Amino acid sequence: MKLTPTQMAWRAAQDIADGAYVNLGIGFPEMVAKFQPPGRQAIFHTENGILGFGEAPPPGEEDWDLINAGKKAVTLRPGTAFFNHADSFAMVRGGHLDVAILGAYQVAENGDLANWSTGPKGVPAVGGAMDLVHGARRVAVMTDHVTKDGQPKLLERCTMPLTGVSCVTRIYTSHAVIDVVDSHFVLREKLPDLSLEDLQAMTGARLQVDGGIADLTAPEI
Amino acid sequence: MRQRTLDKTIGSLAEAVSSIPDGATVMIGGFGGSGSPIELIHALIDRFRATGSPTGLTVVNNNAGNGHVGLAALIEHDMVKKLICSFPRSADPVVFTERYQAGQIELELVPQGTLAERIRAGGAGIPAFYTPASYGTDLAEGKPVEMFEGRHYVRENWLRADYALVKAHVGDTLGNLVYRMAARNFSPLMCTAAKVTIVQVSKLVAPGDIDPEAVVTPGIFVQGIVEVASPAQEETLNRAGARYPEQVA
Repeated sequence: MKLTPTQMAWRAAQDIADGAYVNLGIGFPEMVAKFQPPGRQAIFHTENGILGFGEAPPPGEEDWDLINAGKKAVTLRPGTAFFNHADSFAMVRGGHLDVAILGAYQVAENGDLANWSTGPKGVPAVGGAMDLVHGARRVAVMTDHVTKDGQPKLLERCTMPLTGVSCVTRIYTSHAVIDVVDSHFVLREKLPDLSLEDLQAMTGARLQVDGGIADLTAPEI
Repeated sequence: MRQRTLDKTIGSLAEAVSSIPDGATVMIGGFGGSGSPIELIHALIDRFRATGSPTGLTVVNNNAGNGHVGLAALIEHDMVKKLICSFPRSADPVVFTERYQAGQIELELVPQGTLAERIRAGGAGIPAFYTPASYGTDLAEGKPVEMFEGRHYVRENWLRADYALVKAHVGDTLGNLVYRMAARNFSPLMCTAAKVTIVQVSKLVAPGDIDPEAVVTPGIFVQGIVEVASPAQEETLNRAGARYPEQVA
């Protein structure tokens, strides 16, 4: 058993405080917005110049001038603000965002992130990731614990092109929640029926334990 | 010689793009389809099809086109020599991808915030600046790095253009502009960074009809303005399977 991407998004959402300014990366991280705990309301930022947008509109009601960074239609909420791209990245690099949650190809134990280029064959696309990793106060990553063919994605050193150096602070995986502390992976939560040894075997760098390890659970969603 | 007049109105799309020469650097507003000046781009393609010019363009845009309309159609006509962008992927990126993989188009990949700031700097007369983005990555290769207050920063240069093609929602004849929702994105920056900024607006109004408090781009940054009353939206065209010039309604 492991968490689905939806469940990883749910887990990541539990750490977002009421009133936090949050940027969600394209793809799975976008789902985090759906799982805000009751009573909390984060304010979502998108690189293309919207603060405080709402969820996707019903099909057929899209306004294509009102999209997120993934080019998906979103909606207005009371208090939505529009701004140009320089202001948008002033919010990013200027340290005004509380949290950014990104996808990852690889994360290293010192917090290095690789998530933009698979190498010379593909078309490289960086978007706002290199800005976000140096701007948000907390940079979290949401990813499967291993690749599709079972290779570790959490490593001593990234082998793929870096997005940023020593930037990731927390990793939500399909199997665990791990913090990056002083260039080490510190295990905070793991699936209840997964042994530490088995988790370590799936991880390309040493998992340290500092205090207790909580159970990683998520509702069936 | 054209007199410098207060009225910046241009009567037609064809006239609006008539002076862009071969080899020009052209900033094109928009983020994906949002804010993309489809009609100005198509007018440029029309001119190319009729005269063989302009070609060899360097285009600055966040993306690399989607489907077979707008920027993708410009690339499909092999009018673009080089693209400066942050995210050359899209739902249907086949036009750019094929040319890129065949080595037929040059790509300068720039982190999105750096792209925005380079354009802003270009418009503001700031030749270079330092940013934390890309430090320690392949995209910082060959660029000067300096440390400020214990952190590393990469030096980036301004980006300026010969022309900017931009879409706004309402403009007055002096070039004051208001945008629509998230369609503004890079456009206000590009207006400042080009020698000649040509804007298509859904509604052209008289001076005084835009609340001065609401102006996003002041007219000083705009050289020409043309009304396109019901502009096409790239996303809608692509969903209909449109191609330019063949199948645009």
